[in-house]
Amino acid sequence: MATSFTRMMSGRNTAVLLASLGAGTMATGYLMTDSNILSAEERRKLYPPSADYPDLRRHNNCMAHALTPAIYGKLRDKVTPNNWSLDQCIQTGVDNPGHPFIKTVGMVAGDEESYEVFADIFDPVIKDRHNGYDPKTMKHPTDLDAFKITNGMFDEKYVLSSRVRTGRSIRGLSLPPCCSRSERREVERVTVQALAGLKGDLAGRYYSLGDMTEKEQQQLIDEHFLFDKPVSPLLTSAFMARDWPDARGIWHNNEKTFLIWVNEEDHTRVISMEKGGNMKRVFERFCRGLQQVEKLIQERGWEFMWNERLGYILTCPSNLGTGLRAGVHIRLPNLSKDPRFGKILDNMRLQKRGTGGVDSATTGDTFDISNNDRLGKSEVELVQLLVDGVNYLIDCEKKLERGQDIKVPSPITQFRK
Amino acid sequence: MPFGNTHNKLKMNYSAEQEYPDLSQHNNHMAKVLTPEMYANLRDKETPSGFTVDDVIQTGIDNPGHPFIMTVGCVAGDEETYEVFKELLDPIIEDRHGGYKASDKHKTDLNPDNLVGGDDLDPNYVLSSRVRTGRSVRGFCLPPHCSRGERRAIENMAIESLASLDGDLNGQYYALKNMTDDEQQQLIDDHFLFDKPVSPLLLASGMGRDWPDGRGIWHNDGKTFLVWVNEEDHLRVISMQKGGNMKEVFHRFCTGLTKIESLFKDKGHEFMWNEHLGYVLTCPSNLGTGLRAGVHVKLPNVSKHEKFGEVLKRLRLQKRGTGGVDTAAVGGVFDISNADRLGFSEVELVQMVVDGVKTLVEMEKRLEGGQSFDDLMPDQK
Repeated sequence: MATSFTRMMSGRNTAVLLASLGAGTMATGYLMTDSNILSAEERRKLYPPSADYPDLRRHNNCMAHALTPAIYGKLRDKVTPNNWSLDQCIQTGVDNPGHPFIKTVGMVAGDEESYEVFADIFDPVIKDRHNGYDPKTMKHPTDLDAFKITNGMFDEKYVLSSRVRTGRSIRGLSLPPCCSRSERREVERVTVQALAGLKGDLAGRYYSLGDMTEKEQQQLIDEHFLFDKPVSPLLTSAFMARDWPDARGIWHNNEKTFLIWVNEEDHTRVISMEKGGNMKRVFERFCRGLQQVEKLIQERGWEFMWNERLGYILTCPSNLGTGLRAGVHIRLPNLSKDPRFGKILDNMRLQKRGTGGVDSATTGDTFDISNNDRLGKSEVELVQLLVDGVNYLIDCEKKLERGQDIKVPSPITQFRK
Repeated sequence: MPFGNTHNKLKMNYSAEQEYPDLSQHNNHMAKVLTPEMYANLRDKETPSGFTVDDVIQTGIDNPGHPFIMTVGCVAGDEETYEVFKELLDPIIEDRHGGYKASDKHKTDLNPDNLVGGDDLDPNYVLSSRVRTGRSVRGFCLPPHCSRGERRAIENMAIESLASLDGDLNGQYYALKNMTDDEQQQLIDDHFLFDKPVSPLLLASGMGRDWPDGRGIWHNDGKTFLVWVNEEDHLRVISMQKGGNMKEVFHRFCTGLTKIESLFKDKGHEFMWNEHLGYVLTCPSNLGTGLRAGVHVKLPNVSKHEKFGEVLKRLRLQKRGTGGVDTAAVGGVFDISNADRLGFSEVELVQMVVDGVKTLVEMEKRLEGGQSFDDLMPDQK
């Protein structure tokens, strides 16, 4: 096609072009067409990995600590079967050097295969994030038998609400950073169709984000039911906010105690919650609901992404394994002022957040306390850890109220032997 | 999507109808033009560097509308975007640029001596004068699509060329990542520096990636000639000064720009340009001259007049707040600039601003004196 864009480049100009590009380019033995229009392939050759390696000197996230030039060089030109690249996995970590409250992971998966194709970077990141869990040698246990939980009823003078969440991805469809609009719509269709089959206390309704009024939406946010409009740069840099609000929505049962988020940071996020301190009942409903949804999608020939190395596969490596965060909103006016508070939480493998979610700060004396870990322990183990931990915190609070002293518990071991 | 042939294989498993975006809430140029049929025709195409139609339109899908201006809703990832996706971009260009047809030719005129007057805008009203444009370096991908390596190469080229400028154009480069927060805020307050990318218009197109890697600002010692590197375009070139001497601003603009172009040519690079679209830039709204000549001017009375909008329209001018395109006016001070970019030469556009601002200031003075300005109403240019 003869266009005004096409220019023939002389041999001299080619050499000048290459020379002027500075350090890191190949000056000899380079194959270039007679046109200055470079194909993507040629462009990759013209810029070796060293030219593209990101500047991570000011960065403090797991990806930045693990991504050496050698690993980048090895992986830059690989793509998953869905055409997803390493640069796309790490973009969020490059664009977000650090987070004020938590050490972020700094990378995402675009599809199930990302964790295999880019194992050279995902494995060390997983190890860093999940306290030494080694995907090459270890197996992750899954256990959704809620009846094993003991002492799961909290003192409601302190615990205002209880919640368990996880995520599930539909095998065969790519994840939120990567998916095309039709794939995202397919996730919505598959999920909503399955949820329509839930009955009894789990019967409910789907609300597509695009069809909700702003008032309905704000109501759901205030009730802690709905996910944020995507303003967090962690999400937007990972391409998860594309085409918003297309194919996003929330399903919840009539009692608003069992909720599914569709197409936010994961294909689905599954949440069981209620006011008060009955964590056992929350977890029981969680397990029952999850198992029923899984059965319903299997009836139609779909399944969740899962393998015995990494457990349930989700977009962010921090959510691998169980993807489970069990937590409470709890008032701890005395304990929160005690300088040992942080250490107590650490030793019991708990974390604190503000009541607005991961990016919020705490207000007053009320905290969101949840389990730190996701991978390497089963769901039952993690919820029991949370239950035991919260009971201990309440005990400390009561002691401080009475003017008694408290003890810092010994640290909990990481993985089962 | 950045650097790579993403998504193409995947979405071809689904029909065009299943992939077509929901534009029902949208009000931008792209949404007006992109029919399902057009999308079906274009979705399996890509430029040689791998830019697809979905990459072109993503920003328009994610940003349904803007409170103050009708946005384009599209970006180019490389020079070839305007060819490969002409079915989509030509009608957008026509709508955005006052009926500019696919067969039209654009004229370039950077001779400042052709400007009549412009050294006498009343400084009691005109607080500052500014001319900006953009330039893209041929052979490189544009900010939505470029890799880190390409972006750094552009930065290196810019640094090298600008280092050769001397006389009143002698200056220095400040890489964004080496600037202190204080330096940076000072430059923003002086209206010299570009925003940290928070505008969703920029972020949704991928232009904010890897910030602040490869970005920076060069300016001369007098701070009257500035070059932005790797913001929305490869280069943005700005001439500015306090007061109303637009002629001087434009003179420096043309001299500096011409010098920079010849420095690039000495090193074997040219700017993206063709006789149909003029200078090729990332956003279709900046094709042609890419030129925005404007003033910060006090119009507290005129701006409240019911005919203000009509006057601007006839003069082919547009108003903005003094913080730039995404802001509102504060205290009766407006940013008034040419509305057009393509189909008029640089000299013609600056002439429109000079003549138009003169008229507006006259009108302001009339209203101050309690008189009407009806006899000053201009014809449609």
